[in-house]
Amino acid sequence: MRHLPALASLLVVAGVLVALPFILSDYHVSLVAQVGIFFIAVLGLNILTGYTGQISIGHGAFMAIGGYTTAVLSRDHHTNLVVTMLVAFAICFVVGLIVGLPALRLSGVYLALVTFALAVSIPQIPLQYSTFLGGSGGVQTSKTVSNLWIYAAAWTASAILFVLAWLILRGRTGRAFRAVRDSEIAAVASGVELPVYKTLAFGISAAYAGVAGSLFVLATNGFAQPSEFDVFLSLELLIGAAIAGLGSLWGILVGAAFVGLLPQVSSSVPVIGVEHGRDVVFGAAVVLVMLLLPDGFAGLLARLRALRNA
Amino acid sequence: MASAQGSAVAGFRARGAELAPAGAVAVFLVGGAIFLLVGCLQSTTFARLTVEGLASGAVFSSLALALVLVYRASHIVNFAQGELAMLTTYVAYQLIQWGLSYWEAFFATLAIAFVLGTVLQVALIRPVLHRSVIATVIVTVGLFILIDGVVNWIWGGDFKFMPSPFGTASFDVGGVVIPHLYVGMVAVVLACVALVWALFRFTKLGLGMRAAALRPAAAALVGVRVDRMLAVGWGLAAVLGAVAGLMAEPSQLFLSPTLMQSILVYAFAAAVLGGLESPAGAVVGGLTIGVSLSLVVGYVPAISSELQLPFAFAVLLIVLLIKPSGLFGRREVRRV
Amino acid sequence: MTALLELEDVEARYGPVHALHGISLSVEEGSIVAVLGPNGAGKTTTLRAISGTVRRTGRIVLSGRPVQRLGPAAVGRLGVAHVPEGRGTFSELTVWENLKLGAYSRRGSIEPDLQRVLTYFPWLSDRRRQEAGTLSGGEQQMLALARAFVQRPRLLLLDEPSLGLAPVLVAELFRIVRELNEREGLTVLVVEQNAHLALQAAHAGYVLEAGRVVLAGTSAELRADDAVRRSYLGY
Repeated sequence: MRHLPALASLLVVAGVLVALPFILSDYHVSLVAQVGIFFIAVLGLNILTGYTGQISIGHGAFMAIGGYTTAVLSRDHHTNLVVTMLVAFAICFVVGLIVGLPALRLSGVYLALVTFALAVSIPQIPLQYSTFLGGSGGVQTSKTVSNLWIYAAAWTASAILFVLAWLILRGRTGRAFRAVRDSEIAAVASGVELPVYKTLAFGISAAYAGVAGSLFVLATNGFAQPSEFDVFLSLELLIGAAIAGLGSLWGILVGAAFVGLLPQVSSSVPVIGVEHGRDVVFGAAVVLVMLLLPDGFAGLLARLRALRNA
Repeated sequence: MASAQGSAVAGFRARGAELAPAGAVAVFLVGGAIFLLVGCLQSTTFARLTVEGLASGAVFSSLALALVLVYRASHIVNFAQGELAMLTTYVAYQLIQWGLSYWEAFFATLAIAFVLGTVLQVALIRPVLHRSVIATVIVTVGLFILIDGVVNWIWGGDFKFMPSPFGTASFDVGGVVIPHLYVGMVAVVLACVALVWALFRFTKLGLGMRAAALRPAAAALVGVRVDRMLAVGWGLAAVLGAVAGLMAEPSQLFLSPTLMQSILVYAFAAAVLGGLESPAGAVVGGLTIGVSLSLVVGYVPAISSELQLPFAFAVLLIVLLIKPSGLFGRREVRRV
Repeated sequence: MTALLELEDVEARYGPVHALHGISLSVEEGSIVAVLGPNGAGKTTTLRAISGTVRRTGRIVLSGRPVQRLGPAAVGRLGVAHVPEGRGTFSELTVWENLKLGAYSRRGSIEPDLQRVLTYFPWLSDRRRQEAGTLSGGEQQMLALARAFVQRPRLLLLDEPSLGLAPVLVAELFRIVRELNEREGLTVLVVEQNAHLALQAAHAGYVLEAGRVVLAGTSAELRADDAVRRSYLGY
């Protein structure tokens, strides 16, 4: 019975999402699709940062891997696009596990630094291996899709991956993740195998980012370029996860909307102009939100709920 | 006191136990220095690359030292340190446009940087200091984006030209051409580092800052205003960052908003290599990374200049896996 | 003799946990006062309340001046030196630097005070450059005391000085405390588990239990009290 309100809100969200394409213009559909893409990535990252308490400023790198997987498979083998997304999921899961291994020995600040360096370094690789990976010119998929296709794909994937996340988190795995976050020492003492769960969290969040990356590439006309996956992307993902806070579907929606929409919206701020409004307003907004709501949107909801129950 | 002699010996032993790993580090450094010296004498290319490496390394050292100062004081990494440095470099540019001479602008910029650093700490960092690590990381990340936007807005993203304070002449040392610029870069950075070191070592303010960073609660008990010490620390870090930016600019030829982005990564690697809590480590780490990068890119064909960043990343990763406390850091006990 | 320090109905808490439920005590100038009681009674918290390192309510008056709203740096500057549990020495700084920190909030030359400290702790002179963390436990405690003395305090707050020290050192420590009290007129408020030693050195004492004062008196009175003898003196 406790699930009823949650179920109701889920249905409302689903209903709204189904209705939107009929009301909005194509441009706005692409915007909401973008929110969907970020929803997937932020959801995945939130599993790592929110539930398991590990910081990563490098998930843009996983999006890059996923995006390039789709682009290259499509360019060379004309693979079905949805299949490429599945492949991206798998590849990024494995890569995430691999990255998660050294991450075992690190935490907090050190992990942030390493993942930051990862985010800055990965875009350099296509530049070096330009024959296969297209260099700065990028890689183009063999077919492109409409905004509506991306909208549908993004939100369908979101729904599936959300349910998957829910299943993972409510079980023993989820409890183990939370144990790792709350106290590493206590977790080990109570028999939780730290390495397994920390690495698993990395793998899962990377897989999600990979799918998001595939969709991201498709949303930019099927074009995978290093410049799309710069460090700012990783920063945005982390910001989205932080703004989401911990443990709330609405939080993740807010976080995804924040990073998916705000940069676009702030481009049209007067005075500062198209080019620069983006970063100035966005950056200022990020700083302000963190100062006011250090626990993210979910923290705000928790506080409101506490007030209501008091 | 009966135990006086006893614990003097204990003092020696304790220091001895610390000296063992320190000994390995010393061997590594001395060995490295000898290697470089021999190489420079053997080959002019090697010497040229080494000098270039030292110059860029000096810039990394300055920014790395800024990162270490902030980390020691507040236990957070300021991801916006590089952008802050870039901003202050633009300020210098503007001052020169308004008619000041280079060195007038230089010192004025350092003063402005100090104020900016302290204001940032008070306004943005103090409120989130006791929150989660993520909150402080995000604030500095937001600041990164904000500063980038502001600079682009005020000055635009196109390249700007700033005169080099050291001219374009060079020394000729035994067949090796050493531009005045490189010597100047190293000299300025070392001078600033020395001044900061002297501040910490010999002044009351420096002692207070060190105490506040080591044990804030105990420092407060003796009357140290810990909050103020943290703010001053951030101010000094901003000054060191400004020096890094000002010295980086001439070697990049043009001033643009991306000036410090990759330098930040190298500075991170340098700070971690040296030990995040060790100022000496930051300096040594910076020079090491600078020289290593220069030599590796020069001599190893597989690693072109495009792979410099991944190379720095690899260094960072390896150090963190083998000895997270870095060359000069004390081993932290992680009881798990 | 006037009261240098007076506490009236002081309460303190750590988050939701109340540690002090209304402590009232007074410390006469030039005296040594002991604070006894079992673990968790609030002894350390009382000292923290005085030095301002914990949130507190109630009245705390130092030489007629209310200080309950002041933070630790301000209270320190008013002449209160707090040697906390665990000594509060800076392990990474040298002995000399630790001592200089004692004089941090003092203006003017501190040389005379440093010299005076050396008359009580002559061995410190040889060890000036040694890192404080490499000193033995007993020496670190002495260093903490020396540093507190450099502050030229009117009131010294000592928290569990005997903790972890060999009996010989503890006796030496209390001897120095008594000397400082007699020769320099230093007022001392000492929290101690070792009730026997504390009452030997002190002029008066308070017994705390569960955040409240349950007994007060001169040290002679306390030593004669049955409850105290049974619970804290062991006979």
